[in-house]
Amino acid sequence: MSSRRSRLALARAAALALALLACTAARAAWNVDALMALLHAHPPKRAHFDEQKSVSILDRPLDSSGELVFTPPDRLEKHVTSPGEERIVADRDRLVVERGGRRQVVDFREHPEVAVLIESIRGTLAGDRAALERIYDLSLSGAQGSWRLVLVPREASLRSLVARVAIEGSGAEVQRVEIEQADGDRSLMQIRPEK
Amino acid sequence: MRRALPVALWLLALALCAVQVARTRFVADLSSFLPAAPTPEQRLLVDELREGAFSRVMILAIEGSDAATRARLSRALAARLAADPRFASVQDGAAEGFARDKDFAFAHRYALSPEVNAQRFGEAGLRAAISDTISLLASPAGALVKPLVLRDPTGETLALLESLRPAHAPRSVEGVWASPDATRALLVATTRAGGSDIDGQALAMEDAHGAFDAAVREIGANASAARLLMTGPGVLSVRSRSLVKHDVERFSVLGLAIVATLLLLVYRSPLALALGLVPVATGALVGIAAVSLGFGVVHGITLGFGTTLIGEAVDYSIYLFVQAGRGERAGDAAWLARFWPTIRLGVLTSIAGFSALLFSGLPGLAQLGLYSIAGLAAAALATRFVLPRLLPARFQVRDLSAPGHALESAARSASRLRAGVAALAGAALVVLLVKHAQVWDPDIASLNPVPAADRALDAELRAALGASDARSMVIVRASSEQAALEGAERAGRALDPLVERGRLGAYQSPARFLPSLATQRSRLASLPDPATLRARLKPALAGLALRPERLEPFVEDVAHAREAPPVTRATLAGSSFAAALDGMLFHDAAGGWTAVLGLAPEKPGTPIDARAVREALAKANVAGASFLDLKDELDRLYSGYLHRALAMSAIGLVAIVALLFLALRSASRVATVMAPLAAGVAVVAAAHVLLGTRLSILHLVGLLLVVAVGSNYALFFDRLAFAASTGTPRTLASLALANATTVASFGLLAFSSIPVLHAIGSTVAAGAFATLVFAAALAREPGYNCAASGAAR
Repeated sequence: MSSRRSRLALARAAALALALLACTAARAAWNVDALMALLHAHPPKRAHFDEQKSVSILDRPLDSSGELVFTPPDRLEKHVTSPGEERIVADRDRLVVERGGRRQVVDFREHPEVAVLIESIRGTLAGDRAALERIYDLSLSGAQGSWRLVLVPREASLRSLVARVAIEGSGAEVQRVEIEQADGDRSLMQIRPEK
Repeated sequence: MRRALPVALWLLALALCAVQVARTRFVADLSSFLPAAPTPEQRLLVDELREGAFSRVMILAIEGSDAATRARLSRALAARLAADPRFASVQDGAAEGFARDKDFAFAHRYALSPEVNAQRFGEAGLRAAISDTISLLASPAGALVKPLVLRDPTGETLALLESLRPAHAPRSVEGVWASPDATRALLVATTRAGGSDIDGQALAMEDAHGAFDAAVREIGANASAARLLMTGPGVLSVRSRSLVKHDVERFSVLGLAIVATLLLLVYRSPLALALGLVPVATGALVGIAAVSLGFGVVHGITLGFGTTLIGEAVDYSIYLFVQAGRGERAGDAAWLARFWPTIRLGVLTSIAGFSALLFSGLPGLAQLGLYSIAGLAAAALATRFVLPRLLPARFQVRDLSAPGHALESAARSASRLRAGVAALAGAALVVLLVKHAQVWDPDIASLNPVPAADRALDAELRAALGASDARSMVIVRASSEQAALEGAERAGRALDPLVERGRLGAYQSPARFLPSLATQRSRLASLPDPATLRARLKPALAGLALRPERLEPFVEDVAHAREAPPVTRATLAGSSFAAALDGMLFHDAAGGWTAVLGLAPEKPGTPIDARAVREALAKANVAGASFLDLKDELDRLYSGYLHRALAMSAIGLVAIVALLFLALRSASRVATVMAPLAAGVAVVAAAHVLLGTRLSILHLVGLLLVVAVGSNYALFFDRLAFAASTGTPRTLASLALANATTVASFGLLAFSSIPVLHAIGSTVAAGAFATLVFAAALAREPGYNCAASGAAR
């Protein structure tokens, strides 16, 4: 009995030591590559989101909520359940918005202003540094337990649309995406993983 | 005078023919093998193939180098071609569809958007449409609508552009279209020249090559490792023309060289050689001039027949030179009396055979028929009336009696082969009977001079683009532009349920680019006046995040649109809408208008449910509308003409038999003459079937040539059997030489990469040899019945 408890304690201590070791090691190497590797290794599958978007020509912010489904490497589906049913699918080079039987297809190559928004989230979820760096300059702050990745478009023409995208998270979990557009419009999306 | 007149007439005829040939236009497109007097649907089909949108498509692919370089090259090439007046449009995928004309779409959105109707501009409709736009604004696509919202809150611009979007888009790599395996960048261009304007197409191809080279120089670095590939109906026409031209030139020269060498070896006299080619040259010149006069243009394939004529026309001079006996002058009265009737009969049977082609109803085949008839008749006449007068005094070629004697004993032993020949012919007939379903190839592609590799590339690039293959369409014919557009709109409404139910992927309609005036008027009339619109917006926007006061620009634009003139063809000028419309709405010379609605299947590469489309059109009772499947229609057409050509050949066969009967006046002699021909044709056809080659209409031409050439052999054997026995060795020598030249020149043609020429070459070379052997085997002994022959003549 006692020997079993002591063995258990020993095992715990060893685990703790290992975890600490891992943590220090991780902290020592905490950079964009480490974040990307972590994200890449643990892509989220489903998550709940709440989004608030303020658009200057509208009188009040728009609230929406629903589910995000990410299929690596390049399919991101946003299923809005409130206020109305809406399905937004970003797949490869296309964005399809379906609402009330109507369908709008947006081609990213035609509309870099749309691509720039999608790629920030999709690229981060996929942990695809190369895809992100094609469009943005990346800067990472914080620690693995609480990090903040700021994306600023490289091209001036895109910067005149999107000022920056700030993504926050903990470990492999993306929790918050904040987009600031050049014209002052902004959106904030909070993400909770589903079990 | 008696000597000079025929020669003078001949020289005059040659001069006139040369003038006509110099003025001739040469073509090489497959449409020459399409019917001359088609029904309205078939005429449309032919027009579509010659001039339609489908015929103007040029697909360009860039391979080699790396993806980023290919993308840069693709963009640079697109920019250059867009500025090239020989191209109506070019798309590289960098900006898909009609988004480049967003401003145009925005300006005319209320006349052009398919969504505009009274309901949409009622209170509930406005609320629904504007709610949609607001939620789109909140979506990642919001950036797209943001600049338009206050003027176009119902989203008409996007609805319009969405309706014009192609059904299937290709893969994109580095921002431009690419093949599924990402190894090629793809572009699609439309030329201003129609597909049958081969010169125009060739110039457009040159421009594309020039633009690509310039783009390579501009980008430098590793761009030089990249390669440009092109395909499309026009490109293939240009390729096949140059291929046909190349092969025709090469094989004519080689064929002539081989025949000349052969004749020189035998005659050992350059003068005899030159004189021997006089009928050939005369026949070719007269043949081309006759076709040029009769058809206005000469097809490259017809020229390819120049080679074949060398094979047969040279025989006449061989008969003339070689058959002259010792001490006789070639072409003297004795030769004329003994041999000319036989040659004349051979020429007449050939002409009877080729008449089948003349009446086949296919201009391409009729050309071959006219060319052969005119060419052979001219060659024979030149041999009979001109050549003897050109011969110098005491002209004589080397006496071929010695080898002739060897041939004579060979011919005698050939009769031992009689049972074998009968068995072979019987076996061939059994093969043809058993496999009768696989004898003829019903696919018109078997006539296509385009090499299989080019066709495979074409299919590959088309599949990569996911483009509809433009083979299925609904055609609406009407007497005016407006009626055609209204018909297209009605047909579209009939197709909409099929698209919704997934029976049809999508359809494209000219009415989407230019709605009929009636539709435009009804759309604009459904727009409320400013006061009404303002009054409706207030309740419509209640509770939404957008205040009605903000939408004053919208009210203003709607008011303008109500007053604006409708969109016409002139309004579209210069936009990509106009280029698209040009490929879908045609005005023909007779004053009729045709709208073409291209259909795309539910999944790329799967067939269209033709019955569902026909039923939908019938149910909606759309006047002047019909469904057309280019491939099926062409195959139907072709098999119809194949049957007709076969029927005509049967009539030609009857004519040959009748002709022989008239001349020989003996059923058994006619049978003896026909037997080797029938056996030769059966054996060659069966050999092709056994080797897995299905016979096309061109093989039929080859078989007719076998009959034409073989009839000479069989008739000479007949003459040997029934006429005086003198000169047998020389006659046999002349037959052997004639056969050698025929087999050599046609055998050479069998090496052509052009299926049409290959088919004729392989058929005739094998057939000519077989008929000679069979004629020898089946012939009666020389001098078999001199008395009977005397009675018959």
